[in-house]
Amino acid sequence: MNVLYHNDVTLRERVAECLQDDFKHKAIETAQEVFYAKRGALVEEMGEGWQELRLRATEIRNHVTENLDYYVKLFAENAEANGYIMHYAPTDQDALADVIDIFEKHQAQTTVKSKSMMTEEVGLNEVLEEAGYTVVETDCAECILQKAESKPSHIVVPALHFDRDAICDIFTEKCGYEGTSVPEELTHFLRRYLRPEFLNADIGIRGCNFAVAATGSPTLITNEGNGRMVDSVPKVQIIFVGIDRIVPDLQSLDVMEALVPRSAVGSKMTAYFSVDSGPAHADEVDGPVEAHIILMDNGRSRILKTEFEPMFRCMRCGACLNICPVYRHITGHGYGSIYPGPMGVVMTPNLVGYDEIDTMVFACSLCGACSDHCPATIPLHDLIRAHRIEIVDEGKNHSNEVPVFKLLRKMWSDVGFYKFAMSAGGPMMRLFADSSKGALTVNSTWMPVVKGWTSTRDFDVLSKDRFRTWFKNHKPLAAETPVQENQGTEGGDA
Amino acid sequence: MKIAFFPGCMVDMIYPEIGIAAVNVLERLGCDLEYPDEQVCCGQGLLNSGYRDFNYPVAKMVIDAYDRPEYDLFVSLTGSCMNAIINDYPIIFKDDPVYLERTKKLAERSYEFTDFIVNYLGKTDLGASFHDTVTYHKSCHVTRLLGIKEPPLKLLEAVDGLQYIEMEHADRCCGFGGTFSFKQPEIAGEMVYEKCQTIIDTGANVLVGADVPCLLNIKGGLSRMRSDGRLDRDIRVMHIAQILDARE
Ligand code: SF4
Repeated sequence: MNVLYHNDVTLRERVAECLQDDFKHKAIETAQEVFYAKRGALVEEMGEGWQELRLRATEIRNHVTENLDYYVKLFAENAEANGYIMHYAPTDQDALADVIDIFEKHQAQTTVKSKSMMTEEVGLNEVLEEAGYTVVETDCAECILQKAESKPSHIVVPALHFDRDAICDIFTEKCGYEGTSVPEELTHFLRRYLRPEFLNADIGIRGCNFAVAATGSPTLITNEGNGRMVDSVPKVQIIFVGIDRIVPDLQSLDVMEALVPRSAVGSKMTAYFSVDSGPAHADEVDGPVEAHIILMDNGRSRILKTEFEPMFRCMRCGACLNICPVYRHITGHGYGSIYPGPMGVVMTPNLVGYDEIDTMVFACSLCGACSDHCPATIPLHDLIRAHRIEIVDEGKNHSNEVPVFKLLRKMWSDVGFYKFAMSAGGPMMRLFADSSKGALTVNSTWMPVVKGWTSTRDFDVLSKDRFRTWFKNHKPLAAETPVQENQGTEGGDA
Repeated sequence: MKIAFFPGCMVDMIYPEIGIAAVNVLERLGCDLEYPDEQVCCGQGLLNSGYRDFNYPVAKMVIDAYDRPEYDLFVSLTGSCMNAIINDYPIIFKDDPVYLERTKKLAERSYEFTDFIVNYLGKTDLGASFHDTVTYHKSCHVTRLLGIKEPPLKLLEAVDGLQYIEMEHADRCCGFGGTFSFKQPEIAGEMVYEKCQTIIDTGANVLVGADVPCLLNIKGGLSRMRSDGRLDRDIRVMHIAQILDARE
């Protein structure tokens, strides 16, 4: 499993590094603004239709999850009928072994890849390179990451943390580029640079956005056209498909295809959208002669029939990252997982377990913006909290925080103790407060627990008197207008 | 009609003036309020940190205090606590059918402060006057999780002399998030500074909110920015109840 990286440093250290990197910080903020505005305009244009689509997608995805055995079988049968060779990979190791077998069988040397999170998840590149094969990433962003030996900072736009000058430097140093940092020049170079790689490659490797059960078709949504080259030039093709990628039929694919580009990048559609149907037939000139599908679980089925099951609906669109106020500041690298942001905070512990992650699930204010934006209506913030509850239930929380929470429980469930704590705590706080502000300020960063707050913000001190005391003693004001009972309607207007 | 009033613990602990203003507003509207003394806090900081079982006795106390036959309605001054009680308590009481049922019943007669005034009482013009420029933070709990979007704005619109200026991304989280603020101060700090900057950029003199915890956080952020020179003027931080109570 290759989901976590930089795990030797703490979340706090990773966050500090991201916050210091002004460029990275700014780049993500700007990207969020652009996605936010573009997506928002499209969603508004659709009016009520947007919510209907989300609910429709939710129903479809739930239906498949509830009947997963049936749909996996149906997809596999129909894919086989199309000529695909099916491999079932319960774990990453199985998937890797399948890939190596295919390479050995064909005595392959080189592979071209288009962007695929699943191959990232199993660490495919590292394994292939160690075994002596040449791996060429052909998606522009993935190619940059490969050359720079960097990790993705976003699931849809993984090289967001590099600007064109940095990309120019990387290409100059690693690929013999001699041009300027003008984007068109860079992409033209990349096109020339990659063309021979496509022609030389023995095997093409790619992912799959949705797998259509009724027709046995893996699909691919891309913007650069490299996916189609990976698909059609090499003689052997390997497609990674997650067991959570299946949709029943082409009609349901249509629903997903309406949601994903809008949610991901704020476009109505992408430049390329492929629905594949197996290797080249005898009478066809183009296309691979042999095509494999690796249907991989790798821990995904663990969440079936648990409260995390809604995560099976995830379409990997990245909308939750694009709206997240935490991701905005700490970027994908802050999380240290190839799956960052809200979807990553839910998914990463599901894949690797609580022992492996650090404090990632606590790096969230539970604001709910992700859940609101998710095209699959996944209650992401509730699931993030559900992880916290499980961590505490399993005793995997930090033991040094328990006394603080015990004290809070005592204070909030014992009114007598609460009143005592207020009468004792108030004067104490005022003793250390900045009296002109009535608040604990930067001078209070030596105080345990409190310093968490005062390191960045001032904290207003407890008031001298309790509101409850005032309430008990106050004389109710006279009504200015008589109140009529039951004149109201339901609460909430949204 | 008796209304059980829930100010939220921060009002009791730190900002009694917000509670007083809200009581004034509601009493002028003819409401008969009660504030049961036998409870402290909704306890959401415990659940949100994963300590569901620690939240259980706290939640039980709240239900016992507020779910009483003599109370016809429940009105919460803080959207966040209201959300915890009606949406989160079912998680805490998942193995306690009696309290689960009582929570559901209480939820049916619960209102957030602004929603209560606008949608239950059907009032928007409360005779308030406040002559200044105001921007409003659309807090996550009120706006998104309770879905109360229009009522606070309608109330502000009807205040005499009030000049409303919308901030950019008004519904973006201020970075409070309960214990998140203490556990991840660097991230929370970054979030509140950004929120403060959008407030500063409006040029408004007053920041108004309907969720007390956000106000504590934003006030703390503005105050810190004022001390370290990132902000060169005073910006008042007020709860919407204080604006509605104002006759300035
Ligand atoms: S959780 Fe929702 S918003 Fe996030 S990537 Fe998955 S489908 Fe998109």
